[in-house]
Amino acid sequence: MSENMARPTKTQVRQEMPTQDPQVRNTNYNEVALGYTDELALAEASRCIQCKKPRCVTGCPVEVRIPEFIKALREGDMWGAVDALKDKNNLPAVCGRVCPQETQCEELCVLARKGAPVAIGRLERYVADWERQQGIKIPERAISCGRSIAIIGAGPAGLTCAGDLAKMGYQVTILEALHSPGGVLIYGIPEFRLPKDVVRAEVEYVKSLGVEIKLNSVVGKLYTIEELLAEGYDGIFLGTGAGLPMFMDIPGENCNGVYSANEFLTRVNLMKAYRFPEFDTPVKVGKVVAVVGAGNVAMDASRCAKRLGAEEVHIIYRRSREEVPARAEEVHHAEEEGIIFDFLTNPVEIHGGEGNWVTGIRCMRMALGEPDASGRRRPVAIEGSEFDMDCQTVIMALGTRPNPLVFSDAPRLERTRYGTVVANEQTGRTKMECVWAGGDIVTGAATVISAMGAGKRAAADMHAYLCSDRSEPWWQEPAA
Amino acid sequence: MYEILSKQDVAPVSKLFVVSAPEIARKAKPGQFLIVRTDAEGERIPLTIADFDREAGTVTMVFQEVGKTTKQMGKMEAGDVLSDVVGPLGLPSEIEYYGTVLCVGGGVGIAPVYPIARALKAAGNYVISIIGARNVNLLFWEDKMRSVSDELIVCTDDGSYARKALVTEPMKELLGSVRRIDRIWAIGPAIMMKFCTLTSKPFNVPTIVSLNSVMVDGTGMCGACRVEVGGQTRFVCVHGPEFDGHQVNWDLLLSRQRMYLTEEKRATEEYDHECTCGTRAV
Ligand SMILES: Cc1cc2nc3c(=O)[nH]c(=O)nc-3n(C[C@H](O)[C@H](O)[C@H](O)COP(=O)(O)OP(=O)(O)OC[C@H]3O[C@@H](n4cnc5c(N)ncnc54)[C@H](O)[C@@H]3O)c2cc1C
Ligand SMILES: Cc1cc2nc3c(=O)[nH]c(=O)nc-3n(C[C@H](O)[C@H](O)[C@H](O)COP(=O)(O)OP(=O)(O)OC[C@H]3O[C@@H](n4cnc5c(N)ncnc54)[C@H](O)[C@@H]3O)c2cc1C
Ligand code: SF4
Ligand code: SF4
Ligand code: FES
Repeated sequence: MSENMARPTKTQVRQEMPTQDPQVRNTNYNEVALGYTDELALAEASRCIQCKKPRCVTGCPVEVRIPEFIKALREGDMWGAVDALKDKNNLPAVCGRVCPQETQCEELCVLARKGAPVAIGRLERYVADWERQQGIKIPERAISCGRSIAIIGAGPAGLTCAGDLAKMGYQVTILEALHSPGGVLIYGIPEFRLPKDVVRAEVEYVKSLGVEIKLNSVVGKLYTIEELLAEGYDGIFLGTGAGLPMFMDIPGENCNGVYSANEFLTRVNLMKAYRFPEFDTPVKVGKVVAVVGAGNVAMDASRCAKRLGAEEVHIIYRRSREEVPARAEEVHHAEEEGIIFDFLTNPVEIHGGEGNWVTGIRCMRMALGEPDASGRRRPVAIEGSEFDMDCQTVIMALGTRPNPLVFSDAPRLERTRYGTVVANEQTGRTKMECVWAGGDIVTGAATVISAMGAGKRAAADMHAYLCSDRSEPWWQEPAA
Repeated sequence: MYEILSKQDVAPVSKLFVVSAPEIARKAKPGQFLIVRTDAEGERIPLTIADFDREAGTVTMVFQEVGKTTKQMGKMEAGDVLSDVVGPLGLPSEIEYYGTVLCVGGGVGIAPVYPIARALKAAGNYVISIIGARNVNLLFWEDKMRSVSDELIVCTDDGSYARKALVTEPMKELLGSVRRIDRIWAIGPAIMMKFCTLTSKPFNVPTIVSLNSVMVDGTGMCGACRVEVGGQTRFVCVHGPEFDGHQVNWDLLLSRQRMYLTEEKRATEEYDHECTCGTRAV
C-alpha cells in the first residue's frame, strides 16, 4: 500500500465494487465482481465507526471479529487483519464472495439504519485475496492425540470441521463421493461467482494441516457408517449436504431438455461443459430457457444458461419480488445481464414435441393470499389464467433435500420427514453415539457460512466428548 | 488413480480391463456398476461390474467402443491409469433360488449378465442362457457363459456365427415350450431389452432388465438418469439399475438416450480427427 493511503479520509458513501461490464461478462466465465482496489478498501474500511458493542458481529453466524479485522486493515497491518478474520472463519475468500451479507452481518451494522452498512463482505474478500497472493501461512498443529476421525463430505461443513480437528491434533480423513473436493462450492456455484482457484486454495490449506481427502468414496456404498466406526474411527462427522434434487411432478417433466438445476450446474461447473468439446461432457441450451425458482441456485443456472448462448432466459417464480430468496447482489447481477423475471407465475405442464424434446411450458398466474407457516404470503393460482410460453430448455431449481444414500445400514440415525438428520444444533450430536452432523444435511439447503459454523461447533464438541470420561449421557433433548 | 492391470480384446470392438480397486472389489455384487473417468477432461461414464476378485482386489469392466470416451479407453493399455473409478453403485441383483431362470445377454450386455448367471447358478437355480450379438465380431465370453449355465444358446443377428436369430426367437420358443421358466434377466441395448420384455409379457414371466440411461454422478444427485417405471419417475443409479421390465416406459428411455446425439457425434469426430493427426494422444 502506498504511503499516502495509510491515513484514510472519512467517506460516507459505501464504496461500490468494480464489476465486469454486464454485456461483456454474460458471454464469459471470468469473475463478475473484480474486488476492491487498495484505495477502495481503505475508503470503505474507514467508514466503520468501530462500535464498542458491534452489532454486526451478532449478525454473523460464526461471529467474525469484524471491527478488529477492519481496524487492522485500516492501519495497514494486513497480517493482523488476516489473523483476526481467520480466528473465526476458515474460508474468508469464499464467504466474502457468497455470504448473503444483507441479511447477516451487514443487516445489523449500525450504518445500515442510514441505508449504507459497511461493506463487510467485500472487505473480507479483499483481506483474504491479499493473503492468498502472499502464499498462505500454515498454522502450527497440536501434537497428535492419536485419535482418528472420519468426515463424510468435503463441502464447507466437512472441510471446516476437518481443519479444526486437524489443528487440535486429530488424524482426519475426509471421504468424498465426487472426484473433486469442495461440495457445492465446486459443483454448484459457477466460476464467474466463485473462481475454482479460490476453492482449491482453501482445500489445499486444509490438506496442509495434514487432512487426508479420499475422493470417489461414496459412503453408503463403499463403506457404511457402522463399518467406519467398527474399523476404528473414534468419531464421524456427516457433512453430506442436501444434494437430492426436487421435481414438481407435473406432466412432461421427463422430456429431453428438462434439467434439475443440480444436473445443469454439475455439467457446467464440475464437468466444465462450457468448454465442450475440450472437456468431454456436453450440455444443451436452447434459444429460450425457463428456470423455475428464484433462489441462488436459480440465479446461477439462469446466468450460466445466458453465458452458454441462450437468447432469452426467464426466471419463473410463483411469489413476488419481495419473497425472492436469492442474495440481493445475485438478483441485481442477473437483471443487469438481461435475465427476465416472471413473478407470480407457476408452471403446470411442460410440452414435449418431436423426439420428446421440450417445446414450451404452460404456466398459471398467481396471487398472494394469506401468510403460510413460513410467514410468507401463500401464492394461490388465479383460475383460467393459463398461458403457454415457447422454450427449448427448462431448469428446475426448486430446492434440494439430503441424499439418503449415506444412511444405508444406519437405522439408528433418526431423520425428520424432510429427510434431514436430527442433530443438536449446538453440538452437532446425532442420535447415534459418536456420530455428529452439520450443514445442509441437518438444516436443509442453507448457506455456506452456516454450514461452516456447524462444522466448527461439531469439531469443538467432538474434542470435548472424545477427551471426556464419557460419563454424561450422549443425547440430551435440546431445551425447547 | 486406478491402474489397469490387464487388457483383453474380447471382441474386435469390445475390450476388457481388469483394474486395481481393492475397496470396490471388497463390496461389489452382481448387478452393480461403476462410474469411470479417464482423465481430468473426461466424462463420467457408467460401466457394469462384469466381474470382481475380492482377494486380488480387482474389478473387471467390459466396454464396447461406441464414442469418444470408450474409444479413448480402447487405446489405453495395461499399466495406464484411469483417473477415477467410483463404485459399487446401484442396487445388487436379487439373487435367490427361483427354480429355472433364463439369462439373456445381448452384445456388450453379455458382460453384466455373466456374474448374475454365475450367482444364480451358485444359488441352486437351473440356468439357461442365451447370448447374441449383431455379428460374430461383437460376440464374446461364450466359454465363460457356458461354464455357469446348464444350457447355452448362442445366436447372431446376421448368422455370421452359430444360429441366425435375434435373442427373442429362442426366448419365445423356450417360453412357449412345456418347460417352466420362473424368472428372466435380459440385459443389452435398450431396444433389445424392450423386445425381450414384449416377448415374455404374454407368458407372464417376471423379467428383470438393467437400464442404461445417461448418467453424471451415479449417486442420485442430478436426475439425469431418470426413467419411468410403473408410471413413476425413478433414478436408475439409485433405484436400479435393475427394474421389472414389464413396467418400464421404453420409448421414454430410448428418447432420453438420444439427448446428446449431436454433441456425441461432434466429440467422436473431433477425437477421430485428432487421433489421425496425432494432436492429442490417448
Ligand atoms: C447453486 C448453488 C448456489 C448457492 N449459492 C450460495 C450463496 O451464494 N451463498 C451461500 O451462502 N450459500 C449458497 N448456496 C448454499 C450453500 O452452498 C450450501 O448451503 C453449503 O454448500 C452447504 O454445505 P455442506 O458442507 O453442508 O454441503 P455441500 O456443500 O453440499 O457438500 C456436501 C459434500 O458431501 C458429498 N457427499 C454427499 N453424499 C456423500 C456420500 N454418501 N459419501 C461421501 N460424500 C458425500 C458431496 O459430494 C459434497 O461434496 C448455494 C447452493 C447452490 C446449490
Ligand atoms: C448402468 C449402466 C451400465 C452400463 N454398462 C456398460 C457396460 O458394461 N459396457 C458398455 O460398453 N457400456 C455400458 N453402458 C453404456 C456406456 O455407459 C456408454 O456406452 C458410454 O457412456 C458411452 O460413452 P462414449 O463417450 O464412448 O460414447 P458417446 O458417443 O458419448 O455415447 C454413445 C451412446 O452412449 C450413451 N451414453 C453417452 N454418455 C453416457 C453417459 N454419461 N451415461 C450413460 N450412457 C451414456 C448414449 O446413449 C449415447 O448415445 C452402461 C450404461 C449404464 C447406464
Ligand atoms: S462470514 Fe459472512 S456473515 Fe460473517 S462477517 Fe463474513 S461476510 Fe459477514
Ligand atoms: S456495526 Fe458496522 S460500524 Fe459498527 S463495528 Fe460493525 S461494521 Fe463497524
Ligand atoms: S446419475 Fe445423477 S441421479 Fe442418477
